[in-house]
Amino acid sequence: MCAVCGCGETAVSPAPGSPQERILRVERDILGKNDRLARENRKAFAERGVFALNFVSSPGSGKTTLLVKTIERLRGRRPVAVIEGDQQTSNDAERIRAAGAPAVQINTGKGCHLDAEMVGHAFDSLEPPKGAALFIENVGNLVCPAAFDLGEAKRVVVLSTTEGDDKPLKYPDMFASADLMLVNKADLLPYVDFDVAVCVANARRVNPRLETLTVSARTGEGLDAFVDWIEAGAE
Amino acid sequence: MHEMALTQSVVEIAVEEARRAGAERITRIVLDIGRLSAVVPEALRFCFEAVAAGTAAEGAALDIEDIEGAGWCLDCGKTVPLEERFGPCPDCAGFKVQMTAGDEMKIRELEVV
Repeated sequence: MCAVCGCGETAVSPAPGSPQERILRVERDILGKNDRLARENRKAFAERGVFALNFVSSPGSGKTTLLVKTIERLRGRRPVAVIEGDQQTSNDAERIRAAGAPAVQINTGKGCHLDAEMVGHAFDSLEPPKGAALFIENVGNLVCPAAFDLGEAKRVVVLSTTEGDDKPLKYPDMFASADLMLVNKADLLPYVDFDVAVCVANARRVNPRLETLTVSARTGEGLDAFVDWIEAGAE
Repeated sequence: MHEMALTQSVVEIAVEEARRAGAERITRIVLDIGRLSAVVPEALRFCFEAVAAGTAAEGAALDIEDIEGAGWCLDCGKTVPLEERFGPCPDCAGFKVQMTAGDEMKIRELEVV
């Protein structure tokens, strides 16, 4: 709405110096379009009873293995569909399909993140069944995906024990925007200088309401708790 | 480099607003970019020329207004300047600070002909 008279039109006033030049008051968020599409996605997910999770992490945190193992545990309990984001290759989508879940691969090319439009199109082509869990595996990157809402119900940040327990302080935006932090590769804890308690304290400093779970996709440790978390959220 | 996607959004919104106002060309775009937002102004400038080429925004000046960070310190009960998004209060060094300014990413106005 116009800030001058409330007429619903963009306010127009002459710019000084030039008779034809005009100033348009815009006051629009740069991410407004993404946010609008994200709201549409959120509505579409809700209408189909789909519980959407946006998985974010740095490359190599073990996201895809974690998804494969989670899909195996959900088999017979809840259908799962997956949207895979990577700059290139369909390797990850193939791994997911081999685990028995339908998957759509989005290649972002030079892009560093998924956006709501890409996810909306992928959702339309996936057509997950009613009540499904939808796992969206974002591009491995702890910076850019933080700013882009995809319409997910919950955001899950995966941090592996080989990365360092100060990551939440180095990349605070991502941890501040997440609902759950999974500390993955717990089986490697005896061999690395990673303190889970310090990591959780660092993450809570930027996000006091963050939930956390310690898991190992390789050994299965903690995955039952993660599946319970999904089931509780999907209900 | 998500600044490329943000720049595309800036140009898209600017062209849309200019068209709606019946303008032919955009000569200036003014952005409010908070110091604590996830945007590097230099990267926006770098992308802008390439993204604006061939649109009504081609050749437009890009003004980026730097908005300083501020937060409300719960312990001090006042607004304090904020250097980092999740940084401490400069007075009491505590971390109970809620950001109140500095995360803006907005198109404020356009000059059009």
